[in-house]
Amino acid sequence: MNGMTITEKILARHAGLDRVSPGENVWVEVDVLLTHDICGPGTIGVFRREFGPKARVWNREKVVIIPDHYIFTADELSHRNVDTLRQFTMEQELAYFYDPGTPNYRGVCHVALPEAGHVRPGEVIVGTDSHTCTHGALGAFATGIGNTDAGFVMGAGKILLKVPETMRFRFDGKAPDYIMGKDMILKVIGDIGFDGASYAAMEFTGTAIDALSIEGRMTICNMAIEAGGKNGIVAPDQKAVDYVRARTSKPFEVVTSDPDAKVVSDRVYDAATLEPCVAEPHLPSKYALARQRGDVKLDRAYIGSCTGGKIEDFVAAARVLKGRKVAIDTFLVPATCEVALALIKTTIDGQSLVEVFADAGCLDIAPPSCAACLGGPIDTFGRTHGNEVVISTTNRNFPGRMGSKQSSVYLASPLTVAASAITGRITDPREFLQ
Amino acid sequence: MSTQSAPRFSARVYVAGDNIDTDQIIPAQYLNLVPTNPEEYIKLGSYALSGLPDDCAPFVPPPGSKSPYGIVIAGRNFGCGSSREHAPVALGAAGVQAIVAESYARIFFRNAVATGECYPFETAVRLLDRFQTGDEAEIDMPGATLTNRRTGEVFKLQPLGAVGPVVAAGGIFAYARKTGMLQ
Repeated sequence: MNGMTITEKILARHAGLDRVSPGENVWVEVDVLLTHDICGPGTIGVFRREFGPKARVWNREKVVIIPDHYIFTADELSHRNVDTLRQFTMEQELAYFYDPGTPNYRGVCHVALPEAGHVRPGEVIVGTDSHTCTHGALGAFATGIGNTDAGFVMGAGKILLKVPETMRFRFDGKAPDYIMGKDMILKVIGDIGFDGASYAAMEFTGTAIDALSIEGRMTICNMAIEAGGKNGIVAPDQKAVDYVRARTSKPFEVVTSDPDAKVVSDRVYDAATLEPCVAEPHLPSKYALARQRGDVKLDRAYIGSCTGGKIEDFVAAARVLKGRKVAIDTFLVPATCEVALALIKTTIDGQSLVEVFADAGCLDIAPPSCAACLGGPIDTFGRTHGNEVVISTTNRNFPGRMGSKQSSVYLASPLTVAASAITGRITDPREFLQ
Repeated sequence: MSTQSAPRFSARVYVAGDNIDTDQIIPAQYLNLVPTNPEEYIKLGSYALSGLPDDCAPFVPPPGSKSPYGIVIAGRNFGCGSSREHAPVALGAAGVQAIVAESYARIFFRNAVATGECYPFETAVRLLDRFQTGDEAEIDMPGATLTNRRTGEVFKLQPLGAVGPVVAAGGIFAYARKTGMLQ
């Protein structure tokens, strides 16, 4: 009998079984249910309709609500939706609600959830957002679900899941300093296609993955969904354990894949040969090398979101922008309040990131939220309204994704976005890095 | 929850392409609408597929909230992108009974079944050039076929299996109650 992958082991343990095999349907105990302002009210609606107006959630410490999508807007329905979450939190006495407009507010849920210690190795996390797969970066099984399934989890604490097959992606060697997690995952999606990992677990291994920070691993797992993956996952190492230990005292168990675990495919990359890239409109799988798209003229650059709005992402952008000027409108949206604070505290050669960006001529830094990553209400910061050509550190470039159906979005790493902001055309960051 | 449990039903078809993502099915600016609020459910229907490029035929002609098309024909990876349940809800609210696609993104498929909003049929045949928007089509559930009434062509659908009765009941909760799994 062959061994099990990390994904299979986590699901088996949460199903109370010794082992599970791909294709098997199992009832799994949930450790964390994450929801936010655009799917939370609908989830609560399903929960109340089905379990009754007086029902209690299955565990008040396991439902985590992080409003983040439509926060800084005049849209009244969006405000009402956050009010619905507030009222539900009070009524249910939920332990974790990160309320906008209070010191508890955090920002983008997929960066806030691990920051606040809610992501722990070996656990099962489901969330009403497709980018919930981000949390595999710390060795958890994490996947996105709809309101109805989430309504069920809210009442029952369990979910019926099909055990996915595992596709393994190994990055050997050492990635050059102009390569980021974003370049690695865009390469994978470009190779296997936008539905190349449908229903599968995507496991990332190799020395170049080990060398990445937790944030870099988050960027990679975040975009597993852009290949149709059910979850993205990296085996937790000491770096992951240290990250989690610094944020929570809750116990957890580190789970890793057996050496003889069966996978359906094994792709191997030499990280040293990777080059900075973009995904062209209108699919994340439209891979192209940045240096071969220098003819594409841009109207704006955007750095933000769960994929590309973390501290490390802004440090990377600042490395390129320091002492230089942007040629196009450059929008900066830190994912969370913690990231926003780090922009003030982190310095390069004695200059804070905030000062670096201001000197470079970037627009004033926006408050943390999902902002224009997904368009949003009409008054959303950075939303497109015409035929803008945007280069962005976000995760999706579907038609109309950032607002206007006429706009075009190129996805890239923060290094590539920053380099492109300086020239106003798609630019390989090596042009500006020594 | 507009799905039929009749063994066969006919409707006009709307032909969409490959990789129709959830931003095209229901653009993000309408995600402030909550699907479980009855008036907002109807509104979501009025915006169904409004994110398709402007040169596509309108799926729900304004100012209505119902679509003249009850069946959506699509290619690969229908419903890719976000986990927003607003997507199958918008289609169901607009009056879509069934989608027939070569493949689905995982979360959309599950949401279509969990809500019971529309039947997500799969077919091995590429139908995009065998149908035109506006064709009258018939789906025979027990026989698992789709007929184009204009051309007379009959296409095999993959049987829905255990998913069929869940959608017919109106979603997982209704199904669980009907079958005694839930009180």
